[in-house]
Amino acid sequence: MQTTQAIPIKGAIRFILLSQLVIPFILLILGVLLGLYQVLARAGIIKSADIFGVNYYQGLTLHGVINAIVFTTFFAVAFGNAIMLHQLQRPLKTGVQWASWVLMVGGTLMAAWAMLTGRATVLYTFYLPMVAHWTFYVGATLLLVGSILPYFLDWIPNTLAWRRANPDKKLPLAVLGNLVNFTLWFLIILPLATTVLFQMLPMSLGLAQEANVLLSRTLFWFFGHALVYFWLLPAYIMLYTMLPKLAGGKLYSDPAARLAFLLFLLFSIPVGLHHQYTEGGLSSGWKLWHAFLTFMVALPSFITAFTIAASLEHAGRNNGAHGLFGWMSKLPYWNKTGDRWLFAYLIAGLILFLFGGITGIVNGSYNLNLVVHNTAWIVGHFHTTVGGLVALSFLGMTLYLIAKLRGTEVKMKPLALAAPYLWMVGFVIFEIALSITGLQGAPRRSNIGISYLDPTNELLYRADWLFWSHVGALGGTIAVLGFLCYTVSLAGTLLAKPVKQPELDFPISEAVHEETTPLVVNLRPWVAATLLLIAISYTYPVYESMTRGVLAKSAGYQSIENNLVPQSALREQTKLP
Amino acid sequence: MDRFEKQAMALALSLVLMFLGLIVYAAKGLQADLPTCLPNARLFERGRLVEVGPNRYQVDAVAFMWGFDMGQLNTIKIPHGAVVDFYVTSRDVMHGYHIDKTLVNLKAIPGAVTYSRVKFDRPGEYQIVCHEYCGLGHQNMAGKVIVE
Repeated sequence: MQTTQAIPIKGAIRFILLSQLVIPFILLILGVLLGLYQVLARAGIIKSADIFGVNYYQGLTLHGVINAIVFTTFFAVAFGNAIMLHQLQRPLKTGVQWASWVLMVGGTLMAAWAMLTGRATVLYTFYLPMVAHWTFYVGATLLLVGSILPYFLDWIPNTLAWRRANPDKKLPLAVLGNLVNFTLWFLIILPLATTVLFQMLPMSLGLAQEANVLLSRTLFWFFGHALVYFWLLPAYIMLYTMLPKLAGGKLYSDPAARLAFLLFLLFSIPVGLHHQYTEGGLSSGWKLWHAFLTFMVALPSFITAFTIAASLEHAGRNNGAHGLFGWMSKLPYWNKTGDRWLFAYLIAGLILFLFGGITGIVNGSYNLNLVVHNTAWIVGHFHTTVGGLVALSFLGMTLYLIAKLRGTEVKMKPLALAAPYLWMVGFVIFEIALSITGLQGAPRRSNIGISYLDPTNELLYRADWLFWSHVGALGGTIAVLGFLCYTVSLAGTLLAKPVKQPELDFPISEAVHEETTPLVVNLRPWVAATLLLIAISYTYPVYESMTRGVLAKSAGYQSIENNLVPQSALREQTKLP
Repeated sequence: MDRFEKQAMALALSLVLMFLGLIVYAAKGLQADLPTCLPNARLFERGRLVEVGPNRYQVDAVAFMWGFDMGQLNTIKIPHGAVVDFYVTSRDVMHGYHIDKTLVNLKAIPGAVTYSRVKFDRPGEYQIVCHEYCGLGHQNMAGKVIVE
């Protein structure tokens, strides 16, 4: 692994990187506040179908799309640009970056308009045959197309040029992680684009009256689970290449890190059927095969757990720790010097991710999934993964990069340090509470405050869900307090006067074990094996999906009008035809 | 890679393979399996509840915005000890069909039929919760199996 110099940064590229961090963050504020409303509504603390004119499900759509798609995609592109620029020390092309920026920002604005005006209340999974306004689909497509441009036109050419200039060196670890991530991203955008452009958009425009729902779902989840690794890999890049140095030590093993990234490439995609366990129309044998591969994709996370723990132990001993567990108390949990504050974000995220990993194995466990499928348990799970390690590492790195790119210090560091721990405590409470209500049968994605948790509703009232729903609301509120602390520190950093030249720099660690094996150097066999495994795992399920499942469209956004029916009338339920 | 690293990987691999073995045993040995593809499933547009044998019932459930047509609307009665086959589909958007305290956890997909079998040993009320977002009345979509 090589450490590289800080590089000065200015002009268009500096503006593009900064805005790729700031624009999604502004939207994220809305997404987080809507999350607060949702957790309070689910506990029955706020009993209403909407807040400030935003319907619960419209808000849930915004919460999902902004937090999980817009924020993560913008960050992954900005972070990827910064990593490639810094690690390869080769310039990015301004034209390519502007094209990518215009597509991403334009697409986001189109989709945001559709969601904010109630024309796309279809949630972030936008399952057919619910249909949104065409601007939602076109906007989402533009965002994804824009996000892949730098990979093809900047990063790959720069990597090839670097290889020619440095034939004896290993590719920097962060570059490998980033290339794996966007190779994955490109492969999974294709099936998503297929269902969006050829099934959803024609129905939205009125050109088609029916679509194969099951096929659309199979294509969606081809994308949908690998998507979580697209969120996770930038966080893993930070864990492997930066966390050890921030902790005061070195990465335990460079080849293990490379192996983990390549295993993610291999196993991330052919696992989508584990989101479709409860569906007819797909054979249980193929579901079991995807369950097996889901367990295989847990392997690189196990490797990561070992390597990162070993690196932290190395750092703790470096800092003067003794005994078997002494290193745990010698880590910079609360350190305001230089960039050490970033450690807090990564360690708090890691602790949350322990919960996410364990609950994730439950979710993937084939028949065990029947106990938790689409219950609140799932919501608890992903708020410790994408809402845990991913969100915290992205927020920490956003603050870090903004300070570097503006040439300022991070302002109000105590607030910036308190933020990840409040967030962590909040989401641990949230996770436990939602796991319990999930096991009690409470559904996810439902405004249960005005139905199951309304004591005046004799038909549906579930007193047994009440206590833990309130505990969940407490957890969510604590996490939002953490976000508030973060926002104040970020705003201070954004408005502070620059005190030095803007630069791009990362705290890149050295490794204890550097020796390399041919297994992790040559990428071609890994890409070939990935394509082969996808073909094996998806050919028959896609064929099976195509043989059944056709129905007329149903306008998702038009159901807004149905919501004007009073709740009492809804309770009586619709009469049979 | 050093010795500890290899040991950690071997341990992780044996752990997931053990989990997988237990899953396969539960699915095939204990019959707690997932819904599968029914190659000859007949599509139906109306719900019904029929007694197909001594203490054996079949429920065809059609989910719609926002209720379950199972012959009767939202509520069915079954004697305890009955074995019930549930066939679930949807006539508009996607819905969910999760019967409390059982392993019946199905997705209602327009154009496809999903199947699960359950034996109701204990009398009582089992709530059916729609757990897939289906429009703005979603939170009110629920039914009940009354086991007598």
